[in-house]
Amino acid sequence: MADLSIVFAGIKAPNPFWLASAPPTDKAYNVVRAFEAGWGGVVWKTLGEDPAAVNVSSRYSAHYGANRVVQGINNIELITDRSLEINLREITQVKKDWPDRALIVSLMVPCVEASWKFILPLVEATGADGIELNFGCPHGMPERGMGAAVGQVPEYVEQVTRWCKTYCSLPVIVKLTPNITDIRQSARAAHRGGADAVSLINTINSITSVDLDRMVAHPIVGDQSTHGGYCGSAVKPIALNMVAEIARDPQTRGLPICGIGGIGNWRDAAEFIALGSGAVQVCTAAMLHGFRIVEDMKDGLSRWMDQHGHSSLEAFRGLAVGHTTDWKYLDINYKSIAHIDQDACIGCGRCHIACEDTSHQAIASTVKPDGTHLYSVIEEECVGCNLCQITCPVENCIDMQAQDTGKPYLNWTQDPRNPYREAS
Amino acid sequence: MIDALNHLPRPRAGADQLAEAFSDLAPPLTARQAAVESARCLYCFDAPCVNACPSEIDIPSFIHRISDDNLQGAAERILSANILGGSCARVCPTEILCQQACVRNNAQECAPVLIGQLQRYAIDNAGFTQHPFQRSPATGKRIAVVGAGPAGLSCAHRLAMHGHEVVVFEAQEKPGGLNEYGIARYKLVDDYAQREVEFLLGIGGIEIRYAQRLGANLTLTELHQQYHAVFLGLGLNAVRQLGLPDEDAPGLLAATDYIRELRQADDLSRVPLADRCLVLGAGNTAIDMAVQMSRLGARDVNVVYRRGIAEMGATAHEQDIAKHDQVRLHTWARPDAVLLDDQGRVRGMRFARTQPVAGVLHDTGETFELAADAIFKAIGQRFDEASLSDPLAAQLARDGERIRVDAQLRTSLAGVYAGGDCTALGQDLTVQAVQHGKLAAEAIHAQLMLNVEAA
Repeated sequence: MADLSIVFAGIKAPNPFWLASAPPTDKAYNVVRAFEAGWGGVVWKTLGEDPAAVNVSSRYSAHYGANRVVQGINNIELITDRSLEINLREITQVKKDWPDRALIVSLMVPCVEASWKFILPLVEATGADGIELNFGCPHGMPERGMGAAVGQVPEYVEQVTRWCKTYCSLPVIVKLTPNITDIRQSARAAHRGGADAVSLINTINSITSVDLDRMVAHPIVGDQSTHGGYCGSAVKPIALNMVAEIARDPQTRGLPICGIGGIGNWRDAAEFIALGSGAVQVCTAAMLHGFRIVEDMKDGLSRWMDQHGHSSLEAFRGLAVGHTTDWKYLDINYKSIAHIDQDACIGCGRCHIACEDTSHQAIASTVKPDGTHLYSVIEEECVGCNLCQITCPVENCIDMQAQDTGKPYLNWTQDPRNPYREAS
Repeated sequence: MIDALNHLPRPRAGADQLAEAFSDLAPPLTARQAAVESARCLYCFDAPCVNACPSEIDIPSFIHRISDDNLQGAAERILSANILGGSCARVCPTEILCQQACVRNNAQECAPVLIGQLQRYAIDNAGFTQHPFQRSPATGKRIAVVGAGPAGLSCAHRLAMHGHEVVVFEAQEKPGGLNEYGIARYKLVDDYAQREVEFLLGIGGIEIRYAQRLGANLTLTELHQQYHAVFLGLGLNAVRQLGLPDEDAPGLLAATDYIRELRQADDLSRVPLADRCLVLGAGNTAIDMAVQMSRLGARDVNVVYRRGIAEMGATAHEQDIAKHDQVRLHTWARPDAVLLDDQGRVRGMRFARTQPVAGVLHDTGETFELAADAIFKAIGQRFDEASLSDPLAAQLARDGERIRVDAQLRTSLAGVYAGGDCTALGQDLTVQAVQHGKLAAEAIHAQLMLNVEAA
């Protein structure tokens, strides 16, 4: 089986699957269970200054798909509500008992040098492998000048990162908030501050649903609610994009990235790695299914790597970055056309109505002698948008086939139709 | 109870045990099951299931509404196309209609969406506090509907909705037609048929008069004179004959007569039990008869059919029910003689073995006998000629014995419409009768309103 071990920002771990800083890593009991289940590392739930934070009752809510499949979870929980002393003691013991696993400590203290100078040596003394700076928590802590309030200001990110590198010899991972307009600004700031790595994304500001009888959003605290942080499968596309943005930014090239956001299986993890992540963090999937899922993740990833001849994660890490570019560099002359496999078609008509009502009227519906319908692509109308393939319930029934147009590569910067094209 | 069977014993099982044996063949879905099943619907466009539904219910839409937690909206969607959607959900042979056509009805998709069960779920749980349909302003038109079966009731409801006054003439003591008197007890349990009619009448403007039988105390001539239009939903009320000597002997009767009594019985432990039972025929009625006798505790139930399995009218699903209930199917055997005991009661039947020769049935010359305490004929229903005996009714054009109608359910007499089993149009199914009634009502309404505008 392929070797899943990693060295990420100088931190060794037997596999790239780490638990993110969150309720599953709040205390020794959970973390030990996670290590027993096979997780390669954990990021201990965020420590802060005493007195510890106080949490409300009723903390999570979810966005559901069909059959109560959870698409995403929203939480309004704060950082650890246990004392610094208890957490440090437990971290010390766990690291001693599990020396081969990565143990990172997440931190959030006020944006004041003295606060960081105080806490960093205490954390380093536990024997932990690294620290992660929580600049992303979108609820509760920003009101106190911490969390996303720091992450949204690149200068603060850079400053705090520098303090950490000054007062601590451990690798520093800066966790980025997605609640900004350009993730690269935060990543560049962390890089300037001397960060050993960035991890992303933290949760996204969210309200998942509203109780229409009580006219209050979820989760309900008494008769009120507040926005929380969104995570889980639904945020994966946003996270992948932000990871790719940083991976292909010349200013942060080579900066290690720990991918976070909706990773629930080996394939999700492989995608993050293909876009440049050196490790991944998981939370929601574990909260929904328990720690046991890591076995399936490790097994699936190793088998896929074996089948594709990748002996280590480094062998395929970042391979999709080079194929990710700006829209203006896409080949205007590329053309694909939908092809329907009539043997696989079950006749649901979804491709037809989707194309007919909302796209290019490129799928004809004709009644066959037996009364059933034949759906066929009108090739001259098809623009290759993929909508029919997306709406088709049968996998691989509709195939988007590349056409040989005989035309050379031509991007928008070169296209004569572009009035602002760069002069050649 | 039926005189012809009074000499037979009664079921051995107690009333509770029998009630259990006759409980819902397909129990209602739970909320969880409905959520899971409704999410399986692919929300097809131009959906094959809708095209297969004789009453044109917008199935993807109502299932989508169930999935959206909008049960009233789902129920209204169903009822707007089929006001008897509750009983159709229970009695329709979905295995040859919507569920047969479902795009998920194949090995790759595992199984069709349970459309019938979802339809029942929506209607049973809609929780309407008032009738969901409003009547249009009164038109002053009065329409006579003959027969309070699915066709007549459907027609009456749609006419009432359009603002007409409707009088329904029913020969029996209760409304519902075959839903009340002809469906296997475990397919339409308790008093659902009556509750559904009560719901339907909730629209107002419909009066039902009972013990009114066309050809006996009612004539088409009178109705035609007294009402602006007439709809005939007569059904098929006569039973085909075997044409054998001793056909009237105690112990030999029509399956429909027994099923009617069984449905009306308050106490199943008091109905006659044919421990050794012969059912002649191969349609769903034959299966209903055989399975019900088996569930009453009969030890030896046989269905005998003159042709083969492939020609049977009963669906594969019905045949499976019969097998599950240990009913034996005998094919290629024709009733040859009724066998009587020394008291003149049925003791069995002699059959002649048959074979097809170039598509025509021939006797092989071989015979065999089956012992029986009772024999039930389920060889098809016939048109009751007496109902159309008055001078005007006698003029109605016919297709064979049934009333001829066009696509708008118009008979050959102006102002007289007909639908359901008494016509030759479409299949002999409840859902088909409902559709006929609905279409006839629309045709009547269009015709009457056309006259209003012209006047």
